[in-house]
Amino acid sequence: MALTQTPMQAEKAQTIFEKSKPGRRAAAPPAAEVPEKPIEELIPSNLLRSEPPRLPEVAEPEIVRHYNRLSRRNFDLDSGFYPLGSCTMKHNPRLNERVAALPGHARLHPAQDPKRAQGALELMWLLQESLSEICGLPHVSLQPSAGSHGELAGLLLTRAYHADRGEQRTKVLAPDTSHGTNPASVTMAGFEVVKVATNERGGVEMDDLRAKIDADPDQVACLMLTNPNTLGLFDENIAEIASLIHEAGGTLYYDGANLNAVMGHSRPGDMGFDIVHVNLHKSFSQPHGGGGPGAGPIAVSDRIEPYLPRPQVVRREGSNGHGPSFDLDHERPKSIGRLRGFQGNFGVFVRSYAYILSLGGDGLAEASETAVLNANYLKARLAEGRAGERLPIAFDRHCMHEFVLSGKPMKRELGIATLDLAKRLLDFGFHPPTVYFPLLVDEALMIEPTETETKESLDAFADAVEQILAEAENDPELAKNAPYTTPVRRLDEVRATRRPVVRQQLS
Amino acid sequence: MTRYTSATPDDRREMLDAIGVDSPSDLFEQIPEPLRLGRPLALPDGMAEAEVYERLATLAERNADAEAQVCFVGAGMYDHYVPAIVDAITQRSEFLTPYTPYQPEISQGGLQVMFEFQTAMSELTGLPVSSAGLYEGPSSLASAGYLAIGATKRKRFVISRGVHPHSRETLRTYSVGYGAEVVEVGLEGGLTDAAALAEAVDGDTAAVFLQSPNFLGAVEDVEALGAAAKEHGALLVVACDPMTLGILKSPGECGADIALGEGQPLGNRLDFGGPSFGFFCATEEQIRRMPGRIAGETEDVDGRRGFVLALQTREQHIRREKATNNICTAQALNALGAMVHLAWLGRHGFRELGELLVRRTAYARERLAAVKGVDLLHTSPVAREFAVRLEAPVEKVLDRVAERGIAAGYPLGREYPEFEDGLLVAITERRTKAQIDALADALGAAISAERGSFVAPDTTKEPQVEGAA
Repeated sequence: MALTQTPMQAEKAQTIFEKSKPGRRAAAPPAAEVPEKPIEELIPSNLLRSEPPRLPEVAEPEIVRHYNRLSRRNFDLDSGFYPLGSCTMKHNPRLNERVAALPGHARLHPAQDPKRAQGALELMWLLQESLSEICGLPHVSLQPSAGSHGELAGLLLTRAYHADRGEQRTKVLAPDTSHGTNPASVTMAGFEVVKVATNERGGVEMDDLRAKIDADPDQVACLMLTNPNTLGLFDENIAEIASLIHEAGGTLYYDGANLNAVMGHSRPGDMGFDIVHVNLHKSFSQPHGGGGPGAGPIAVSDRIEPYLPRPQVVRREGSNGHGPSFDLDHERPKSIGRLRGFQGNFGVFVRSYAYILSLGGDGLAEASETAVLNANYLKARLAEGRAGERLPIAFDRHCMHEFVLSGKPMKRELGIATLDLAKRLLDFGFHPPTVYFPLLVDEALMIEPTETETKESLDAFADAVEQILAEAENDPELAKNAPYTTPVRRLDEVRATRRPVVRQQLS
Repeated sequence: MTRYTSATPDDRREMLDAIGVDSPSDLFEQIPEPLRLGRPLALPDGMAEAEVYERLATLAERNADAEAQVCFVGAGMYDHYVPAIVDAITQRSEFLTPYTPYQPEISQGGLQVMFEFQTAMSELTGLPVSSAGLYEGPSSLASAGYLAIGATKRKRFVISRGVHPHSRETLRTYSVGYGAEVVEVGLEGGLTDAAALAEAVDGDTAAVFLQSPNFLGAVEDVEALGAAAKEHGALLVVACDPMTLGILKSPGECGADIALGEGQPLGNRLDFGGPSFGFFCATEEQIRRMPGRIAGETEDVDGRRGFVLALQTREQHIRREKATNNICTAQALNALGAMVHLAWLGRHGFRELGELLVRRTAYARERLAAVKGVDLLHTSPVAREFAVRLEAPVEKVLDRVAERGIAAGYPLGREYPEFEDGLLVAITERRTKAQIDALADALGAAISAERGSFVAPDTTKEPQVEGAA
């Protein structure tokens, strides 16, 4: 490959601070309108700052140009295929942006009196009802800000549930395939993680589960599970798993990161789960924003309900011919309390509710069905030719919405690692799959195409993988030095951790 | 009915053939039969885009937003003017629709924004290390508690009653998990009771939490109060309002180990409470204990300047149960909005805006204090928000003022029973002198009406703030 620089590569990265020049500005100050007293007369000078923060001095045209140019140094879902496993990179409808921006939503103060925010509270209540039906659990709190926040909520609920029964249980079980947030949340909630092994079909190893429970059943607080799990496989033993945990007195927590596989087909509540979090930025189309915002509502069973975070959105029946009204219930004596400020990420609720309204119940089921169809089709395509040989499926059975391949033979036979394949995919215009996760699969590639991709884009991805493997047979260095066409090439990540430079030095 | 899928019947047939099954339902057979739903979801049928728009627009109309009402409500989220370029830039697909930047070669835009944001927040707070953003204010404060436990190996928190009630409650919620004790210190004249604070902090204290301006709007002497933390080796954690940091001495200069807060005032909508973002800055000493993503500068193989997620070994996807926090998806797009807003305000505009807030707030405070039936709740210095007492039931007064199209403020009674008659009034650059005057008139009229008799404006009332004319 010719190593001439692309125009974007030739452009040296410059920060907005480096574009600053004294005397330039964008914002014009509004007229004071009131007496312009010296600030020192209003606030004692020992509490005042001597120098203003060194923010950039840049005119508006240059700010727009700076961020537009920066934006072009990003790959995004609106531009290309994004099969990032466990992240559910489905289409983000623009309608949802439009309705979220309506002044009645976007400019509504969170402390507005509930009687003057009835539309917002009704929307939240309707979303709660929808998620309750989708999850098969009767109660919902929209408060958690993201999936991991929902996990923390679920574990604090578990703690409160046991404490209310006079128990102090210490252990939370989680499979070795679980998302990293699961064990991190367990520690933050003051529990200890007990890892459960995976069986040869990709599910929970039942003997290991029984052994871990039997070791100290009175200490089992909870089992956290993703189903389908991070291998994209539905755990067929879920009913038995649930009864084992419930017999031991623990709660069952559902990590909803993979809910996109089963909407309208199977419900966590019916599987026996007590607490579920839902990632609205995955299954319910909230754009991911380069790392948020999202929201992680939780749905729970009756026995967990008394402990839900406060305030809780409630519907009150009308009297004297008035319709129902909606309110925030702060009086919840057994509640674990607040998890954050105000009521949650309302703007995300608007988008996700718009998505649910657009698709309807049958549309959600169709979305999940197509997600599963697309995943199995891409899996079949990647079982052909070179990919089938060098990138075998980790657990060979029908998958749900995602699947995991192992790059172990590729690495052994061609000398290119999963990372190299991922980096070479960038040159073909694809976002790579999730790599090196789950941990139990060597050189893992976790692929989730989602339902909104065409067959053509799935075919193009499979063709690209085939082509990369073919070129690697002749010249493995090509993949090892990839990418070539991106705004920058492989970056020194070790240095960024050993000698971190985390801000611009300003003069 | 709307669909975002594109598989035609022919596509489906070809795909099923390639998989080797007859129907998609064969793929769902791995779900044991009793666990299959076997009926349609009990949700309404799908709708056309125009129908969804109408439905949501109808709901939105039932909210009294800051366009329909003049909004003097603050309490942590403020009706600031967000410049048009913020919407234009944050709505670009390239910023709106990527995932977290796990592949830095194709995420330089987002990563550089994080780096710029970190630089800006470090400047504002006077602390050298900044996270790329957390969920929002209160949970950021609770995360500081987790950091403090890791740093000090102690499990006791001392928190001022001047800290936002949502932050205090969130810290309590999290502390059940941390196994930490939370001790609250009261207020005196609107400010943290310094003597009580000094008494409450001891050798077991992991962190001391202050907020300035505090929830009642008063600017705290953080430096003086923080001495108690320093003396006992506890971390000093200061929650702050970013819009005041062009004027007030930075937390870093005041000796804070951690400065954090609600980022909404910077480039974010009210959105009925979210999404916004939390900022979190700390001393170098805490860099390996920080929560959330941090972007770092580095080079590519050809020596080009580039940015990556730095210090990932702190994070859940690497460290699992030993991570310094569980946060994963945060609020990157909201932090971008803040960065664009800050660049638009610029070095001078940011300070000028701060001055404008202080002056208009001073004017509003005097103006309201001159209203019969309104008294200042405290006379300590304020920056952009202040508290008053009303000589009539607060909720009823708020209802009457709302009839004039004004949201007068935040009632303090629920969270501060000792200030049952208290009202918190917030000022932004959107609140004009004429609106402030209208608020004063409306409050006066509402209070008189509630007290059952019309009372003429009291022109003889003494000014309550020192130096006020």
